[in-house]
Amino acid sequence: MSWETIFGQLGWDSLVFTGAIKHPSASEFVAFGAGSIVVLGAVAVVVLLTAMRWWGPLWRDWLTSVDHKKIGIMYIVIALVMFLRALIEAGVMRSQQLAAYDSAGYLSADHFGQLFTTHGTIMIFFVAMPFITGLMNYVMPLQIGARDVSFPLLNAISLMLTAAGAGLIMVSLVVGEFSTGGWSGYPPFTGIEFSPGEGVDYWIWSVTLASIGSTLTGLNFAVTLYKKRCPGMDMFRMPLFCWTTLCTSILMIFAMAPLTVATIMLALDRYLGFHFFTNGDGGNMMNFANLFWLFGHPEVYILLLPALGVWSEVVSTFVGKRIYGYTSLVYATMCIAVLSFGVWLHHFFTMGQSANVNAIFGIATMIIGIPTGVKVYDWILTMYRGRIRITTPMLFHINFLLTFVLGGMTGILLANPTVDFQVHNSLFLIAHFHNMIIPGVLFGMFAAVQYWFPKAFGFRLHEGWGKAAFWSLAPGFLLAFFPLYWLGMNGAPRRTVMWSDPAFYPWLALAMLGAVLLLVGTVFLLVQIGVSIRQRRQLAVPLGDPWDGRSLEWSIPSPPPAWNFAVVPQVGGRDAFTEAKKNGLAYRSPAAYSDIEMPCNSMVAPLIGIFTFTLAFALVWHIWWLAVLSFIVVWGVVIARSFVSQTHEIIPASRVEAENEAFLAAARATPGVTRDLEMSPENRGKAAPDRLEQAGQKRPDDVLESAI
Amino acid sequence: MKGMITWALIVTALSLPALAHAAGPAEAQVYSAGFIDAAGPVAAAQFEHFKTIILLMLIVVVPIFVLVPWVLWRYRRGGRGAYRPDWDFNWGNEAVLWGVPIVLIIILSSALWAHTHKYDPYRPLGNDPLDIEVISLDWKFLFIYPQQGIATLDYLALEQGRPVRLKLTSGTVMQSFMIPQLAGQIYTMAGMTTQLNLMADREGEYLGRNTQYNGDGFATQSFRTTVMPASQFDRWVQDTRQSAQALDLATYGALLKPSVEHAPRYYGTVENGLFDRVLASFTGGHAHAGKTAPQASQPREHYHLQNHAKGAEQ
Repeated sequence: MSWETIFGQLGWDSLVFTGAIKHPSASEFVAFGAGSIVVLGAVAVVVLLTAMRWWGPLWRDWLTSVDHKKIGIMYIVIALVMFLRALIEAGVMRSQQLAAYDSAGYLSADHFGQLFTTHGTIMIFFVAMPFITGLMNYVMPLQIGARDVSFPLLNAISLMLTAAGAGLIMVSLVVGEFSTGGWSGYPPFTGIEFSPGEGVDYWIWSVTLASIGSTLTGLNFAVTLYKKRCPGMDMFRMPLFCWTTLCTSILMIFAMAPLTVATIMLALDRYLGFHFFTNGDGGNMMNFANLFWLFGHPEVYILLLPALGVWSEVVSTFVGKRIYGYTSLVYATMCIAVLSFGVWLHHFFTMGQSANVNAIFGIATMIIGIPTGVKVYDWILTMYRGRIRITTPMLFHINFLLTFVLGGMTGILLANPTVDFQVHNSLFLIAHFHNMIIPGVLFGMFAAVQYWFPKAFGFRLHEGWGKAAFWSLAPGFLLAFFPLYWLGMNGAPRRTVMWSDPAFYPWLALAMLGAVLLLVGTVFLLVQIGVSIRQRRQLAVPLGDPWDGRSLEWSIPSPPPAWNFAVVPQVGGRDAFTEAKKNGLAYRSPAAYSDIEMPCNSMVAPLIGIFTFTLAFALVWHIWWLAVLSFIVVWGVVIARSFVSQTHEIIPASRVEAENEAFLAAARATPGVTRDLEMSPENRGKAAPDRLEQAGQKRPDDVLESAI
Repeated sequence: MKGMITWALIVTALSLPALAHAAGPAEAQVYSAGFIDAAGPVAAAQFEHFKTIILLMLIVVVPIFVLVPWVLWRYRRGGRGAYRPDWDFNWGNEAVLWGVPIVLIIILSSALWAHTHKYDPYRPLGNDPLDIEVISLDWKFLFIYPQQGIATLDYLALEQGRPVRLKLTSGTVMQSFMIPQLAGQIYTMAGMTTQLNLMADREGEYLGRNTQYNGDGFATQSFRTTVMPASQFDRWVQDTRQSAQALDLATYGALLKPSVEHAPRYYGTVENGLFDRVLASFTGGHAHAGKTAPQASQPREHYHLQNHAKGAEQ
């Protein structure tokens, strides 16, 4: 048997470490360092798991679990790990651009190309997507009073497919190179003719795995929202986060498919000599651009909508008030979801289509600004006549309101084809989408972590470190990206490894400073988690309602039991838990308990994850025997699963009753705290009602009645 | 204090290379500039439109910057604003909330419609345009002047005040052609043509470039655009015709090999119909290489790029 039969195109030279030894250069050393971090990190994790004897618990309690809460947490852990990598990559690129004024800098052009490709691919597919998916996983079933999603095992499989994709992209740091084609991977540049080698294949398969996982997630969540709402939970009584989850799920179902099709077609071009997107032989890359952005634009809203849902939850909780214009917000969300499918062409106004086509897509794009603007004003009106508590999530929300409108304004600019002709492919564009995604999506997720962390783990996060992180991240974002607007208007293109215009220097230096602040803020967030774990006794909120919450998830213990609700709740309106607290119905014992049927753990999902990873790795390196074997195993596991008859276990009513009555007794026995003591150790997770009037307040009649 | 040091370092780092340039050859380097400093009617109109949109958008943006601080102050916990936790709707607000953006978008849309048609890159800007055929290559641009029978590589000479009609294609991957101070960008794609009409009304030197990433040489894939009066342009054409270099299929084949060009090239003669043959080389079946223009098929090496100031080395 030859080497190639066994190892495909893998060779010793594929290892990143040999490159640094054979052709030493700064660029190679950076790659060496990155590869070493991956290897050392993996070794450290293995040593830690072995030393602490955590392998068993990891397998039993996490990897084989089909509990939506644990799956949600695992998604977010993936997102955070990948975020660190992509953030460091961003810092490396910023420093390269600073070093590369009138010189080559320290990175090779090829290495720089890999960096912006992995940065974009990871931030979208392995940070933003797992973050929102994890959050929706954790929160949505709790908010609709469900015990799990409709298809718990499928949920675990989605997670493992995403994990396999993330693993593949991490392995590419050590073995081989990554694509330089950008996160959108436009052929013919990414075709075999212009990008031979494994790089684009790594991109194709990691993105394909993630997108299949997301399609399944979309199906799962949409069905859950349609079928698993508790009695009384009409669609228009759902918390807004559930509405945004529903819209996102619908978008996922329809938008991920074109991406999967596009990457598979590109793979056919590359592996089997097809000519979908090649130069000549009937290929046409414009089809790829259309397919990709048919996914790509809804994708923007797939990311943004859950974050908008988070903002709705955060603002009404920390303002202590019903959300303003609930129906309006629902319709606005739906409008955005529907319209997002009709604007994809604005990503390539410059492809030479007619003015009519460009104008229609430009107008469609601007129309999305209407519901989005309405939402922003709805949140301001929610704060109006509220009682605002400036907590860390609220800081992020206020920052969001102010920066998001600026991003919206530049979005309207970009929607105009005449302006887009000028700033397309420039740093202006980079500034615009980071302006939407960082304060909107990323900070939304950070706010969500601050907000729901106590629910998931039973203790609050340290408020001081949270605020420190905010005050580093928010100015960091402004410094890192607002200079890029200016640079883009002055003709600075994106993705340049070097440049020579002295006028750019101060702006790039400011951007570097911003990147440093973003890094520092991220470190503060990690410190916050560490400090909070150490102080978890003072921060404990086992009674489950640290923020005087409004929806059902705050009515159960923190962390919640595996079955979420001892008895499936019955709701009579919006803000179900707030109403229950107001009417003295909270923490009441139910009339009766019954047995609960919960899905069993299953090793199906991790097996599928492992073997889709080996399948993808084998395809990247043309190790055909492994690809065939992995494919057979994956489907073998699926078939074998269909013969498993014992898929559910019964939790006896007595156990549910014992646990729930203990919780209710503790809740009834503990005095609640008012919002004045929210951040003090007295807050054990039971809220006391706030006074309606405060000294010195005017009567409402004196207030400007309809100021807006 | 730290900030001062940072700034001092920045200023020093900034001025040293600038000084080095000042001492260099007489020909100044062309720097990128945007449509803010427009040198032609299209770019100027684009910037005007840009400013109009911003002004109109301020209608929705400014209130947010006023309302958010006001609401935060008045309705902060302990503030004077009355707490009405169940207040959640008002038809009047709703009408304004949806109405104002709808009206605004209608206004913006009509402006968009008009502008998009008026400044459609395909729309001629006047009679008697200067025709130029552009072929994007890795990592350079080839300009063919069919009326003049000359061609240049990485150098574009334009006549002041005369409409220019560019017909573009690519000999390699997709690229995006742009001279920000004159007009917007347009993609170049193999086997297809796109068009870009532009005009320069100010004499001078402008940087043009590719904005679509296409590999190792992307960062420096730029060219000098010189806008000159008609008489000078004619002289330039005459001078270029004297060049001994000819652009034929063989020369083109050599240019297909990816390279970073450090200086422009000038071709005194051009093979007839070269642009169309390049286009045709991508259509039809496999057996095209012999009959028509060659295609890029060499695997692209990794280039170690050195700094080069293309504009300065003409």
